[in-house]
Amino acid sequence: MLDMLLPLGQLAAGLVSSQPGPLPSALPEPPKVPDSPWFWMPRSASNFADPIDGTFSFLVWVSLISTLGIALAMAYFCWRYRATSRDANEAAESQVDHSNVLEITWSVIPLFIVIGVFVVGFKQYVDLRTAPRAAYEVHATGQRWKWGFEYPEGLTHPELHVPVNRNVRIMIQSVDVLHSLSIPEFRVKMDAVPGRYTELWFRATEEGTFPIYCAEYCGTAHSDMLSQVVVHTPEGFAAWVAEEIRKIEMMPLPELGQLTFNQSGCATCHSLDGSAKVGPSFQGLFGRQEKIINLGAVNVDENYLRESILEPQAKIVEGFPPSMPTFKGQLSDRRISGLIEYIKTIK
Amino acid sequence: MAQSTAEPLADHAASSGVHGHDGVHGENPFLAHHFDTPRHQFESGKLGIWLFLVTEVLFFGGLFCAYAIYRSLHPEIFVWAHYYLDTFWGAVNTGVLIVSSLTAAWAVRNAQLGEQKKLVVNIIITIALAFCFLCVKYVEYSHKFHENVLPGRHFNPTHEAWELESYKKAHGEAALPVTPEMHPAPAPAAPAADGVAKQPPPGAPPRPRHVSVFFSIYFFMTGLHGIHVVAGIITWLWILRRALRGEFGPKHFGAVDYAALYWHLVDLIWIYLFPLLYLIH
Amino acid sequence: MTSPSATADDIVAPAERASDNYLTHEKGILSWLTTLDHKRIGVMYLMCVMSAFLLGGVFALLVRTELLTPGRTIVDHDTYNQLFTLHGAVMVFLVIIPGIPAALGNFILPLQLGAKDVAFPRLNLASWYLWVIGALCMVLSLVINAADTGWTFYTPYSTTTTTSVIPALTGAFILGFSSIFTGMNFITTIHKLRPPGMTWFRMPLFLWALYSTAVIQVLATPVLAITLLMLIVERVVGIGIFDPALGGDPVLFQHFFWFYSHPAVYIMIVPAFGVMGDIIPTFSRKRIFGYKFIALSSVAIAILGFLVWGHHMFTSGQSVVSATIFSAISFLIAIPTAIKVFNWLATMYKGKIHLDTPMLYCLFFLWVFTIGGLTGVFLGVMSVDVHLHDTYFVVAHFHYVMMGGSITAFLAGMHYWWPKMFGRMYDEKWGRISCGLLFVGLNLTFFPQFVLGTRGMPRRYYNYLEEFQGLHQLSTVGAYLMGLAFLTTAAYLLGSLRKRADAPANPWGANTLEWQTPSPPAYYNFHNPPVVTEGPYEYADWVYNKRTGGYERKAADGR
Repeated sequence: MLDMLLPLGQLAAGLVSSQPGPLPSALPEPPKVPDSPWFWMPRSASNFADPIDGTFSFLVWVSLISTLGIALAMAYFCWRYRATSRDANEAAESQVDHSNVLEITWSVIPLFIVIGVFVVGFKQYVDLRTAPRAAYEVHATGQRWKWGFEYPEGLTHPELHVPVNRNVRIMIQSVDVLHSLSIPEFRVKMDAVPGRYTELWFRATEEGTFPIYCAEYCGTAHSDMLSQVVVHTPEGFAAWVAEEIRKIEMMPLPELGQLTFNQSGCATCHSLDGSAKVGPSFQGLFGRQEKIINLGAVNVDENYLRESILEPQAKIVEGFPPSMPTFKGQLSDRRISGLIEYIKTIK
Repeated sequence: MAQSTAEPLADHAASSGVHGHDGVHGENPFLAHHFDTPRHQFESGKLGIWLFLVTEVLFFGGLFCAYAIYRSLHPEIFVWAHYYLDTFWGAVNTGVLIVSSLTAAWAVRNAQLGEQKKLVVNIIITIALAFCFLCVKYVEYSHKFHENVLPGRHFNPTHEAWELESYKKAHGEAALPVTPEMHPAPAPAAPAADGVAKQPPPGAPPRPRHVSVFFSIYFFMTGLHGIHVVAGIITWLWILRRALRGEFGPKHFGAVDYAALYWHLVDLIWIYLFPLLYLIH
Repeated sequence: MTSPSATADDIVAPAERASDNYLTHEKGILSWLTTLDHKRIGVMYLMCVMSAFLLGGVFALLVRTELLTPGRTIVDHDTYNQLFTLHGAVMVFLVIIPGIPAALGNFILPLQLGAKDVAFPRLNLASWYLWVIGALCMVLSLVINAADTGWTFYTPYSTTTTTSVIPALTGAFILGFSSIFTGMNFITTIHKLRPPGMTWFRMPLFLWALYSTAVIQVLATPVLAITLLMLIVERVVGIGIFDPALGGDPVLFQHFFWFYSHPAVYIMIVPAFGVMGDIIPTFSRKRIFGYKFIALSSVAIAILGFLVWGHHMFTSGQSVVSATIFSAISFLIAIPTAIKVFNWLATMYKGKIHLDTPMLYCLFFLWVFTIGGLTGVFLGVMSVDVHLHDTYFVVAHFHYVMMGGSITAFLAGMHYWWPKMFGRMYDEKWGRISCGLLFVGLNLTFFPQFVLGTRGMPRRYYNYLEEFQGLHQLSTVGAYLMGLAFLTTAAYLLGSLRKRADAPANPWGANTLEWQTPSPPAYYNFHNPPVVTEGPYEYADWVYNKRTGGYERKAADGR
């Protein structure tokens, strides 16, 4: 019941306050919706667009015909069988009140239609949910309020970049609440559920840039949780990956270290503010004396840090469990140096 | 029950006819104006109480669903956690509730036959047994609170399962090895919410992840059931008051019958809860 | 529908007709607050539901105003999230669910059945008080720091947000019990208090619909109650049943929630079907077409409605097999729904149609409900739903059904029974104008949202991409028009209360029992229990009397 004690009247305050609008989003500027040749649907840019749009159009026509049919019948009856006045006491022309033939007709025809669309929808859905084995795999992580995409080349980026005409499978997870990865131009969508993986797949059929939305409500900046998917030619994609990796490798060391710190999950066990988590905090770590089990005091210097990253079980600080995994073979030398330089900056 | 109740009412069913709209039947102060006969009123009430019991079953049904889902997903949690429950006290409470159900049913019979004294005695026994149930529950709860065997994020037991008497009794003092498929290997580090797990002695199963789920379900189900017992006591006290005023008799015993039906349901739910929570193997 | 001998004079003693009715029988606010009379309880529900509708409507207009421009228009992110949450929660739990059953149903059900009251009048009053307490809890949440979870309360957001979710959950929990008790009362009343001759298949379709609704209320609402209770305990104690960090499963909450909330959709729309079933034949002067099909299709919908909850979760990661089963059963519901629409249409065929306000609302309903129903088929198709799920298409769909269906039917019923409830005729001209205005406003508000949705605009968005602005603005203009229509409706309806009682006993020439009591009805409804000898939709015996402005039964036996 703690939340009942919070200060009151926030709603009223919100109505009159004049705080600035959007929170900072992961993208410098919002994505653009590309022009679509259709009235209803957005541009068709994946293998799913055409079949799903086909089903959709069929339903639109069925709906249009039924709605107009019902409306016209209604209008015609109202005009043809209108009563002149209540005073005239006109009786209805007929009191016919049942017809089994009609009942069966208007039950069976819709039944056939819905069975048809069910079967088609089922087939397409199975296709949507069954990713081919040979697919380029990207991990997507939803976090309030940004998307992160992790590529097999060891790259993490706030945008989704994919090559055209190649099967792409996206493993989706969430670190906090529910999100949903939605790409309307591809006609795909899947929730991100904390504590489990979900997946979607597609094959982009058109180069271009298309918006990505979070479709499952996730709080304050839900509507700013946008990103975009950029579809490249295969060569263009390879070039983009190489360029991004080069950018990372060319970063100043402390920045690269910070990036590695965020990407490699260091923050789960090591705090930056002095509080003890599973492992020692990084605050003021460099240059400090640490008490090591069976060894006594050891000075924290570059070599100690490097050893701790590559062979974490070699020196265990007293009071902490020996639970750190090794990062040998996972981090480049430059990234390790970057981490060391980054730790130096945390005072 | 339904057959025996219909009989006494039928004798008086003829006493009505077209009645006025003054809101009270002259011949029977307990007959509401919109019913024709006492029997009509009784049957409507009976349907109403049955509908209410249906909603109660569905109310608990959600919890039984949750139980079934988590038990099928994580059977090891349930095996590990049930050692914390005291089967003896659970069995005592089962007996207490069954006997109280009996006295409740007896009270209905007393009301139908107009046996005022026996009616009052049976109601009092029912209430006393209900209090008895709550006292046992209190003993069990306070023990768990003391040992920090609490639901969800508060779960941080002072003893691991292999340190408990119930575990030693089941496995012998030496804590016999347990078949591995019964206890799938848990992750090495216990999650923060469960506190830091101690290393188990050789042969004993380590604490599975998320044991607290069991206690969440245990406290939720038994707690909700306990609230129903309290509601039952209040109902019976009200019935007792009316019985002492001599309001019940062959013509008018609906309220006793409805209270007893509710009480049987509370009893029945416990009869399901006891094996599902205490008797896990 | 009664025997020819049972006229209004016979059912109610003449002395009572002039002055004594349920409104004047007792005086003072206390006599209302302690009343056991189903009619007064119905009127109190009506007032409360309308107040809640005003509140929910104001939230809706604020939401639409905010969406006039991308970025900030009048409120900030968090306030917007609170506004749409409250709009949804108030409209669903406080307005639409109790709207037709508890307000109109309470008043009409015993009268139409020929009973003196519902089976359990005290329980009925208790339901109303529970509604009030539940509503106060919702308001409490609003005053402290309104919940921002959306009316669906999805975990783990609802267990972690700092807003006051608990009062809102408590409110919904209590409202659930209000709904359960009403349902129990209606089922028992229909089973046990039918007068002689009122067989199941002589019951008006409104009663069939209320019966089906009551069954859903009794069977589905307890599951919501336990779910909300778990969520409350989860927030207070942290039991972790829905929290992945403690081994719980957030998707389990969605299953529990929709197990109630999909049937709840039918709690909202099935009573609307009942209103249609009573009004269309009366204003067509013709027996309802396919009575048994309409009656039983309500029951079919009530039963099937329990088996389709998973169609809200096609993108939640549930297995393909369960999604398929849920989709297949969802389509089955389309059939009884289609049967109803076609039967209503066939009822008008060769009738004599009077286009008074209640009938206009029925035609309105047929149009918007057809659109709402058909777009439901789009969402039932699994592959199409993946694209449309959680977009404005869904928002437009359920507003066409809830707003266009339930609220329109509620208005139809309110206009139809207004003379019976209060003994006054409303201004017919303004009735038609408001109905037309609402029709334009509703379609203008929600049709553009279909296009927004298919183009990918997700729901519950404070901010949106500039490309969507035009459609959003159309929608907002429509919402203002609807607001205006509701204001004029409130004005002429409330205005009618100020004039002298003028309504005849049977202004529309209907043949159901409530019209055979005076307007407003006597305190105890019927002096003698009516004896029913014919179906509810026989109009041949009713003749319009210009002097009284109402219909009177033809004097077959010389009286």
